[in-house]
Amino acid sequence: MRTKLLGVAALVVTLAAAGCASEGAAPAPEATQAAPQGPVKLTYWTWAPNMDKIVAVWNQEHPDIQVTVSKQAGGDDAAAKFLTAAKAGNPPDLVQAEYQHLPSFIAADAVADLTTAAAPVKADFSEGVWGQVTLGTDTVYAIPQDSGPMMLFYRKDLFDKYDIAVPKTWQEYAEAARKVHEQDPKVFLGTFSSKDPGAFTGLAQQAGAQWWAIDGESWKVNVADEPTTRVADFWGGLVKEGVIDGMPYFTPEWNKALNDGKLLTWPSAIWAPGVLSSNAPKAKGKWAAAPLPQWKAGENFSGFWGGSSVAVAAKSKHQAAAAKFATWLNTDAKAVDLLVKEAAIYPAATKGQSALTEAPDYFSTQPDFWQQAAGVAAGARGFTFGPNVGVTYNAFKDSFDKAVQARSSFSDAVRAMQEATVADMRKSGFQIAP
Amino acid sequence: MTRRLAPTGLLLLGAIYCLFPVSWVLVAATKSPAELFTTSTLTPGTGLLSNIEELFAYRDGVFWLWLANTLLYAGGGALLSTAVSAVSGFALAKYRFPGRDAIFNLLIGGILVPAVVLAIPQYLLFSQIGMADTYWAVLLPQILHPYSIYLARIYATAAIPDSLLEAGRLDGAGEWRLMTRVAIPLMVPGMVTIFLFQFVAIWNNFLLPFIMLGDDGKFPLTVGLYTMLAAGANQPTLYNLILTGALLSIIPLIALFLTMQRYWRTDLSSGAVK
Repeated sequence: MRTKLLGVAALVVTLAAAGCASEGAAPAPEATQAAPQGPVKLTYWTWAPNMDKIVAVWNQEHPDIQVTVSKQAGGDDAAAKFLTAAKAGNPPDLVQAEYQHLPSFIAADAVADLTTAAAPVKADFSEGVWGQVTLGTDTVYAIPQDSGPMMLFYRKDLFDKYDIAVPKTWQEYAEAARKVHEQDPKVFLGTFSSKDPGAFTGLAQQAGAQWWAIDGESWKVNVADEPTTRVADFWGGLVKEGVIDGMPYFTPEWNKALNDGKLLTWPSAIWAPGVLSSNAPKAKGKWAAAPLPQWKAGENFSGFWGGSSVAVAAKSKHQAAAAKFATWLNTDAKAVDLLVKEAAIYPAATKGQSALTEAPDYFSTQPDFWQQAAGVAAGARGFTFGPNVGVTYNAFKDSFDKAVQARSSFSDAVRAMQEATVADMRKSGFQIAP
Repeated sequence: MTRRLAPTGLLLLGAIYCLFPVSWVLVAATKSPAELFTTSTLTPGTGLLSNIEELFAYRDGVFWLWLANTLLYAGGGALLSTAVSAVSGFALAKYRFPGRDAIFNLLIGGILVPAVVLAIPQYLLFSQIGMADTYWAVLLPQILHPYSIYLARIYATAAIPDSLLEAGRLDGAGEWRLMTRVAIPLMVPGMVTIFLFQFVAIWNNFLLPFIMLGDDGKFPLTVGLYTMLAAGANQPTLYNLILTGALLSIIPLIALFLTMQRYWRTDLSSGAVK
């Protein structure tokens, strides 16, 4: 029921945002800095845990810029809420923006241009991450905070039991899936979730997909490109064969399968240890992480599932101060260290990634966890997200739900995503390049 | 005998339908994180006390703040709403004035508009007058509740005999005195019903405070618990705390129903005109 209600909310916001969408990304208004009386006060919407403790350190050191954290619920609802607040004219000064939602903020002119403030910290981030906050243009719209490069998480003990090696390529993964299922029809190497478009997006990115691109004043949309279709057909084939399960992630059923050892792998992102430790506490120490299987042996590519940045609201009266805080939070050595320790995030800043040494408790049997992760992160490639990712993701859920149920063609489902995305962008007044 | 069994069976089914989810929450709240997804659904766990302790310690006891906010929204909102509904209902039932039927029909129409649809327009309006993200932003929209006014009117029509008001007028009572001393006391059972309806509705309301409030210090329980659920992927989801929080948050509702129940039984108007 609740999701349904929020669906209505999101729809209204989309409609409201559509009004100004066609103008594209307009330059931010000039920062009005009329020597404020007393300290500048900033509000910051985020859902990262313990952010108030990290901000307290900043407030201590910067009496002239005081930041107040307001902890919000994360996810798609958070984006809808920020867009509504921006539309109504009272957004927070700073907001946590997931990479896939940032383009919708930009299209609604809700976030400020941070190009000047961000110029000195560009070198702190890998190119893949930086592209997420510039959309491949020269303008910077947010400062990257955390990132979610994807890895393959697997049950080491059960891999030994079923006598399979860690798959290096997706072909090996498919063979392993058949082998496991043959030995025990109740056990699956993995599952394809039709409820998690983020995971599918990451896998498509790994294969080299480019769903959106900005071309001057218009958008290029290519959700059903060759890499995406290849990924879809790969999983579709395995689901049709019955050697890969079709249950969605993050459901009680899935938790149970993880706990009972009925699922052997989970292609997921760097934050998986947190999920596994809460959803499958019994299997602690039995999981290990490896790079994702590759499409060509010898490559080292990965995609992103999740990750977010910090953006400054276009309507903020203190854009310069807010930008100063955002860059400090995500690049200052002490702040990044706190982000890792207090907020338990995987930092987007490269130097923060190499500072991680002690493996997560759940993965204590794999002391080189973070070295593995840094290697994967270096090869992770993202793509430019479009202004209506929500529509694309909903289309994913609709069409893949049916495809998994009916065991029908996954590439048809991808084409349905493309059609829904283009139709919605046209309706909202975006120019689509042929 | 069999004719008696059918309704009993039907009611039993209804009771199970309503109570099973509650008992599920009750059982699930007793489970420690390790037990939650591993033990069978209806097996009680061993973690209730540590869950409660952890919940109260979460972000320096922010649960209490959310609880206090919810009490303020639900208690204050329901009181104000009951007062407005009772007065309007009484006026609509017992006075003839131009536009009465038009106003009443408009209110009836208002019943058909779900509050959810209004949340975003209300937010935009409150933003314009600079009252978004304040306590009033959650309280005010819930005070005028068409269905409660409708209920109050129906109740006033039935519970307040015209002859009683007439007698009062003959004795020289003014309209204000008639309302406060004669009409309102007779309407108490109906007002209790309205109060309870509104209290529960506001207590459980999610979308309005979710949209209206940006400052997490003003969140009610519903929105607060939701921030724990959607806390981002990079830390363990606090399912056990959310379940415990959900369980604790219905206790005040149950207590309220048990204490207010007796007001329903008494019907003050019985014997008033005899």
